[in-house]
Amino acid sequence: MQKKISNLPFHGTAEQEAKLQAVIAANKHDKSHLMGVMQEAQAIYGYLPMEVQNMIAEGMDIPLEKVFGVATFYAQFSLTQKGEVHIAVCLGTACYVKGSGVIYEELQKQLGIGGDECTADGKFSLTASRCIGACGLAPVLTVNDEVYGRLTKDDVSGILAKYGK
Amino acid sequence: MKTVAELQAAREKASVDLALRLGGTSASKYKRNVLVCGGTGCTSSHSEDIIKAFNEEIEKHNLTDEVKVVRTGCFGLCALGPIVIVYPEGCFYSMIEKENVPEIVEEHFVNGKIVEKYLYKETVLEDGTIKKYNETDFYKKQFRVALRNCGLINPECIDEYIANDGYAALAKCLTELQPKEVTQIILDSGLRGRGGGGFPTGKKWSFIADGPQKYVVCNADEGDPGAFMDRSVLEGDPHCLIEAMTIAGYAVGANQGYVYVRAEYPIAVNRLQKAIDDARAAGMLGKNIFGTDFSFDMEIRLGAGAFVCGEETALMTSIEGNRGEPRPRPPFPAVKGLFGCPTVENNVETFANIPQIILKGAEWFSSMGTEKSKGTKVFALGGKIKHTGLVEIPMGITLREIIEEIGGGVPHGKKFKAAQTGGPSGGCIPADLMDVAVDYDNLTAMGCMMGSGGLIVMDEDNCMVDMAKFFLEFTVDESCGKCTPCRIGTKRLLEMLDKITNGEGTLEDLDKLEDLCNYIKANSLCGLGQTAPNPVLATLKFFRDEYVSHVVDKKCPAGVCKNLVTFVIDQDKCIGCGKCAKNCPVDTIVKTDYIAPGHKLASYKIESGKCVKCGACIDGCKFNAISKQ
Amino acid sequence: MDMLNCKVNGIAVSVPKGSTILEAARAAGVEIPTLCYMKEINAIGACRICVVEATGARGLVPACVYPVAEGMEIQTNTAKVQEARKMTLELILSTHDKKCLSCPRSTNCELQKLCNDYGVTASAFEGFKPEYAIDDSAPHLVRDNNKCILCRRCIAVCNQQYVGILGANDRGIDTNIGQAFKLNLSNTPCIACGQCTVVCPVGALTEKDDTEQVWAALADPKKHVVMMTAPAVRAALGEEFGMPIGTGVEGKMVASLRRLGADKVFDIDFGADVTIVEEATELLDRVKNGGVLPMITSCSPGWVRFCEQYYPDEIDHLSSCKSPMQMTGALIKTWYAEKEGLDPKDIYVVAVMPCTAKKYEIKREDQNAAGVPDVDVSITTRELARMIKRQGLNFTALPDEEFDNPLGQDTGAAVIFGTTGGVMEAALRTANDWLTGKDNTEIVYEAVRGNASIKEATLDIAGMQIKIAVASGTKAANEIMQKIASGEADWTFVEIMGCPGGCVTGGGQPIHPQYVRDTVDIHGLRAKVLYDQDEAAVLRKSHESPVVKELYEQYYKDTYGCHKAHHDLHTTYKAESKF
Repeated sequence: MQKKISNLPFHGTAEQEAKLQAVIAANKHDKSHLMGVMQEAQAIYGYLPMEVQNMIAEGMDIPLEKVFGVATFYAQFSLTQKGEVHIAVCLGTACYVKGSGVIYEELQKQLGIGGDECTADGKFSLTASRCIGACGLAPVLTVNDEVYGRLTKDDVSGILAKYGK
Repeated sequence: MKTVAELQAAREKASVDLALRLGGTSASKYKRNVLVCGGTGCTSSHSEDIIKAFNEEIEKHNLTDEVKVVRTGCFGLCALGPIVIVYPEGCFYSMIEKENVPEIVEEHFVNGKIVEKYLYKETVLEDGTIKKYNETDFYKKQFRVALRNCGLINPECIDEYIANDGYAALAKCLTELQPKEVTQIILDSGLRGRGGGGFPTGKKWSFIADGPQKYVVCNADEGDPGAFMDRSVLEGDPHCLIEAMTIAGYAVGANQGYVYVRAEYPIAVNRLQKAIDDARAAGMLGKNIFGTDFSFDMEIRLGAGAFVCGEETALMTSIEGNRGEPRPRPPFPAVKGLFGCPTVENNVETFANIPQIILKGAEWFSSMGTEKSKGTKVFALGGKIKHTGLVEIPMGITLREIIEEIGGGVPHGKKFKAAQTGGPSGGCIPADLMDVAVDYDNLTAMGCMMGSGGLIVMDEDNCMVDMAKFFLEFTVDESCGKCTPCRIGTKRLLEMLDKITNGEGTLEDLDKLEDLCNYIKANSLCGLGQTAPNPVLATLKFFRDEYVSHVVDKKCPAGVCKNLVTFVIDQDKCIGCGKCAKNCPVDTIVKTDYIAPGHKLASYKIESGKCVKCGACIDGCKFNAISKQ
Repeated sequence: MDMLNCKVNGIAVSVPKGSTILEAARAAGVEIPTLCYMKEINAIGACRICVVEATGARGLVPACVYPVAEGMEIQTNTAKVQEARKMTLELILSTHDKKCLSCPRSTNCELQKLCNDYGVTASAFEGFKPEYAIDDSAPHLVRDNNKCILCRRCIAVCNQQYVGILGANDRGIDTNIGQAFKLNLSNTPCIACGQCTVVCPVGALTEKDDTEQVWAALADPKKHVVMMTAPAVRAALGEEFGMPIGTGVEGKMVASLRRLGADKVFDIDFGADVTIVEEATELLDRVKNGGVLPMITSCSPGWVRFCEQYYPDEIDHLSSCKSPMQMTGALIKTWYAEKEGLDPKDIYVVAVMPCTAKKYEIKREDQNAAGVPDVDVSITTRELARMIKRQGLNFTALPDEEFDNPLGQDTGAAVIFGTTGGVMEAALRTANDWLTGKDNTEIVYEAVRGNASIKEATLDIAGMQIKIAVASGTKAANEIMQKIASGEADWTFVEIMGCPGGCVTGGGQPIHPQYVRDTVDIHGLRAKVLYDQDEAAVLRKSHESPVVKELYEQYYKDTYGCHKAHHDLHTTYKAESKF
């Protein structure tokens, strides 16, 4: 899978930018520090959207494409935001035949986001997961680390409401 | 410390405490040392809480001057964690919880009575005597060189490292040996690289080209699923790595080192960073070490999640700030490596052997092992084996000794099927080759690979085709995508294995699979691609019958490949409780009108077709009435 | 030099130490297929098509990067080697769209040729194949990743150009060549130089084909279609028809344009002559009146775009002169239209250029002297060849014909615009005459000839020591600009062309397989066509051109750089952000 790119507006704060600029200033003398700068940037912002990679590219005097090439090479770097509430819907075979695909779609509909995306307020993010071994409870999803099983489409709004939607 | 004499003085001072653990007489004020494992494994089972509890209880009993609690690196027997070892008795408390601590302190430290119920069972003999931890089956055949300080010293304390001969080898090199002599000792010792192909370390050092700038690089990007010996050294004995790299720097004329560590090893990174800072403060790194002309310093670079960076040229490309794509060799790193400069690169375990070789001599080291594989090797035992964990054993021990004696054998009375070595680059050793002595060349001859030393045991319930597929999935995910054979070829291999495990393969596919494997091996740019087909080739070689079952009989003998198994309810065993039907995610289990003799309710049956083979029914059945066929 | 002896397929050959197997094979007259390799630019050993057997090496080794050892015996085409190459091709094909029928690179595709050579058909492996949307967002080129074989030659030239908008993203089977964040090409700081289209072995990177627009104009009876050609086109067009590299085909080119149906066939050389007098006037004005120096040429739109995006603070160094193409277009739609009594709206100007960036240049602001675009469409040498083929012309058998008047006359100075150093040399000829007030006969400036990426000289002109520099390729341009930006430069005049070697090796020129590019001095051969034409010319200085004189007499009150000339022939630049 190619890495998914965030399509949300960027909401960096001045404080975050100041932190990143300080990291860049401390490292710009040596382009081999690119990955280290990106790691710190991800620690500051939680992910590496275009605006952040741009700052790095300009600050380090490295083409943006190169920064992006590095970001998409290493598993650790994320181009999408993870929400405070991270929902993973199991799309393993057992869950899928039991309708987890429908639940996944319903979540996308209610949250107004696609898979591997995050709501604009940074609250909810959604992803599909492989089998988590809870086939007896199928279909299942996890919210952060909590497992919800034997779901129907109608349970979705209740779960979301529990997390403040 | 600027002189060898100062180092000696520091050692004498520090060794007082350590003597208690090494079995000598000690002038230390402490009567007891309590060693608690602070490795990643035991930390995840809350060993930090245990340390805290010990300290609190010891304080409560006013024993702070008598009992010292030490957070060490990994003891190795991770299956029994969290582990606590108490010296001078050497007794081995296993699977300790913080709730057990008050009792141990009260009974053992105050009343002097070892609390038997918390001891590792094997250490309690029938006559009531207690074995020391190092007399157990797991430990007694081990010989620790690379791991000698792991589980013995506090890795965050440079003094404890110095106490156990730390930095003495560096002092010896800088003050008594010429760089060439150092390389010669390593060459004579027969030490071979512990991370992959097993290239002689001394030879690697001797190939280093001339140049104004050279580097020493430590590969700590341990990525094989199931291997964690490098992490253990970094967590348990970071100064050893610093000392070894500095020695390498002296031998090859480099004054800068880099350690490339996986970012997934936070404990290791923090301990190594502290060790570097402490070493620098102690004068073991920096300018004019021991007052000589030699200067050396090092820094940590973090990986970011790419298995291929364990390949030496990819690792350097990554340190340079790029996508971690390998470069063609030659030119070899010794000629043109990091930043285009001559570079020596070894992995953590290789380096961890160096100080002991310098101190004890090449002959001492080469007296262990086999003709072409000297010394010891650390293995990470995993899979279907009782004692999962880390062991360090002399090369040449048989696989049977490792698995049956040290590892405690296959659990649950299952039959041993094969051992997988070398991770995704390696192959498997079938049961009838269990008595072959394990060393580099024997493994290679079997189509296996030592690799970094991951050793995964498989029993009769493992499907070898599925195993090959598992490793291929890993390689496909981790292929860097630079060269054609690995980028496209491994994906096509995986697709063919998918086809076979889905029951859609043919006998011709097996030939095509083998051809493609051989092509990828011969044509790939780097070690990852060149070894990626090994799990397929090895399983094809030793377990061809399993492949044939998949493609001809459309059966998975181990009952693993879902498309090839059917779930069946034995209607005479079924008591009709209906739990399976409730558990079934696809409602394909229905009641029949058959009531088995002796039962009151009608039994159930699985209607084939809709079954997704998730196994929820089997897991829920208490009467063993459901099986895979 | 230390030499090593080896044998390639039994042929003994001696090569310098450090040579690769590929170099040894070439020295022995043996060609080994390559896909990713580019001499000096891309030696990455990635595609594995060049594998060979060699003594002392384990298994198969990539010839492009594997060094020769003394006594090595190399076999380049054993059964084992052929099997390996076949499988490599089969694997590549399994991720390729295989739509050769409609591919602009069909018959000129390095992958297609190898598949033919090795008898490889498409169906050996099937499986997952990433699907990509075609990026045709930019005016100059089209990227179709479904054809990409990940050889990375485009990345190498893009980096070589110091642009670096193309790179490898993601990894494993998902690896793809592209722009950051999958941005459309039009949203990146691509300078449109098109060098990637020249090195792409397949049809993944091609110029945007604008020939349909030209056909439509030619078919429209209301349009007065003027076709005009840049100097470099005549030095390369013949290659598209099997003529040797370095064949000048000006006469046949003109004949073919006329047969395509052009109402007039003009020469952009005319605009080059005008450029010289305008640019020389501007330079002298800057020198006399303390203007921004050094002044830098602005003929090359790739370079101009580079400057605007990568050195936005330095755009005042750019000469305000339009490029010769735009000047010619402007004068066609003003002066020529007036002379012929044509409405500029009815004139359709087709520029045939060695360049892809010209497709972007015609859409720039402030390029419309007559209130309509100076140039309506710009096609590359390759597109013209395609039109000639569709028209059914037997190019090599065409008679030699001459350009139409009046915008068909040129000087030798104009024709050398097509190679690096040419603009500078042309300008020096005029400046020297003007400053000395003499008709000088020493008009060849060797210091600015040749294909070095940067050439510097201090010239004595009318007793003044003038420092000049010539750069080609934007990597060299970057070096020049760093010196200018830091203030350490003391040149008066600098010529910069966006493509390495200048227009003769522009991004729109005929494409040759990489082994030809590695082994033949394409730049030298094409440039020689232009220098030869210059040497044979009667008039070799722009200011001596009778048509230029006529233009200024009739239209610009005999004054170079007059207000009206400024309006028609000069333009403006905009500082732009890279991101």
